[in-house]
Amino acid sequence: MKQTNTYIFVYASVMVIAVAAILSFAAMSLKPYQEKNREIEKKKYILQSVNLTKDLDKADNKDKFIENEYKKYITNSIVINSKGEKIEGVDAFSISMKVEMSKPSKERKLPIYICTLDDGSVKYIVSLRGKGLWGPIWGNLAFDNDFNTIYGVVFDHKAETPGLGAEITKAFFQKPFLGKTIFDESDNFTSIHVYKGGKGAAKAAGDLKHGVDAISGGTITSRGVESMLKTCLSDYKNYFKNQNLN
Amino acid sequence: MSELFSSKNLKLLTNPLNDNNPITVQVLGICSALAVTVKLEPAVVMTFSVMAVLAAANVVIAALRNTIPNRIRIIVQLVIIAALVILVDQILKAFLYDVSKQLSVFVGLIITNCILMGRLEAFAMGNKPWPAFLDGIGNAAGYGIILVIIAFFRELLGSGTIWYYPIVEKLGLYKIGYENNGLMILPPMALIVVGIIIWVQRSKNKILLESN
Repeated sequence: MKQTNTYIFVYASVMVIAVAAILSFAAMSLKPYQEKNREIEKKKYILQSVNLTKDLDKADNKDKFIENEYKKYITNSIVINSKGEKIEGVDAFSISMKVEMSKPSKERKLPIYICTLDDGSVKYIVSLRGKGLWGPIWGNLAFDNDFNTIYGVVFDHKAETPGLGAEITKAFFQKPFLGKTIFDESDNFTSIHVYKGGKGAAKAAGDLKHGVDAISGGTITSRGVESMLKTCLSDYKNYFKNQNLN
Repeated sequence: MSELFSSKNLKLLTNPLNDNNPITVQVLGICSALAVTVKLEPAVVMTFSVMAVLAAANVVIAALRNTIPNRIRIIVQLVIIAALVILVDQILKAFLYDVSKQLSVFVGLIITNCILMGRLEAFAMGNKPWPAFLDGIGNAAGYGIILVIIAFFRELLGSGTIWYYPIVEKLGLYKIGYENNGLMILPPMALIVVGIIIWVQRSKNKILLESN
């Protein structure tokens, strides 16, 4: 079949417009569902960092379970800046770490979620965001009320290599963070170091207070976690220090 | 019905599983075979997503085959594949959020999978929608079999688990000095496993024996 140039141009234009129309229609009509999912997910991460999602798999309606738990345990939230001052009039939950981390440190607004557990103890949950190997990584870190000891942690990622960097979501990587401290004895900020060399690397380096093991084969993602912790926590550290002085 | 599943049509389903396997015989789609085979789960999820996209793209292209201008056919094929992949991704994000998170990069990888372009160009452009559909399912299954075989060995030898079940630990092999092979989780080992599969297949399958 001999096709003229006009036919080809018309064909290409019609195809592109049709495909664009279908895709934008799909994107627009699915957007509310997707946003709802993201909101639930954010709440899930926050709850996960204080270990409140154990019964999630048993729940019939997972979305509802998360909403209820969130309402019950996350009793308050505040927004601070990197100088350690409280900012009024901003809703912590609506803060996007993606936007904040792209600003210079001075202008960032940082959320702290305050969680009151069943035994009455209070935990402070901060948000993290950084870069992995292929894309963003993020997480939440929960502190005891000494603003120093890590009570719980959750990490997730967009596109890290399955079986390697993607393992940061697994318990074997996250568990060693528990009980670690981000300030040393003389109150200097140390953050958490991620030691390369697989299992036992932090022990070999003699840094069990502020150090954890990296994932072997996932070095760049592990380093990403380390620098994410360092960057985000150093924005929070002034607030933490102020709290400890009071 | 009997015509729909005639022996000629059934061949479209079964041929890619062995004699004309997209990975080991046509040597297409090697890149994703290296990337998603560290664990069994992503390999299986990837197989099903490729199956959905390949079957749908094959049908669409086969239905349009007489209208597609020859000179821009590759672009047309690419647009259709990309549109389908984005559509699948959007729907997953809205209704199966957990699954979509697992797929993450792989959804994008489907667009670059050579098997798709290969099948559209070699088969769908010259056949009716129904055989094209079968061809899509068959080729994705042939691709999936190899993926699962590679992932099985890489997960077992590299991480000591099968579908996250810690089989090696349960067998107590670590206690007697067994160690996981870290090389297995890196991409080069996938290539070597593919090579071994090709070797085994070529020495067993008479059709593939070379005559020199």
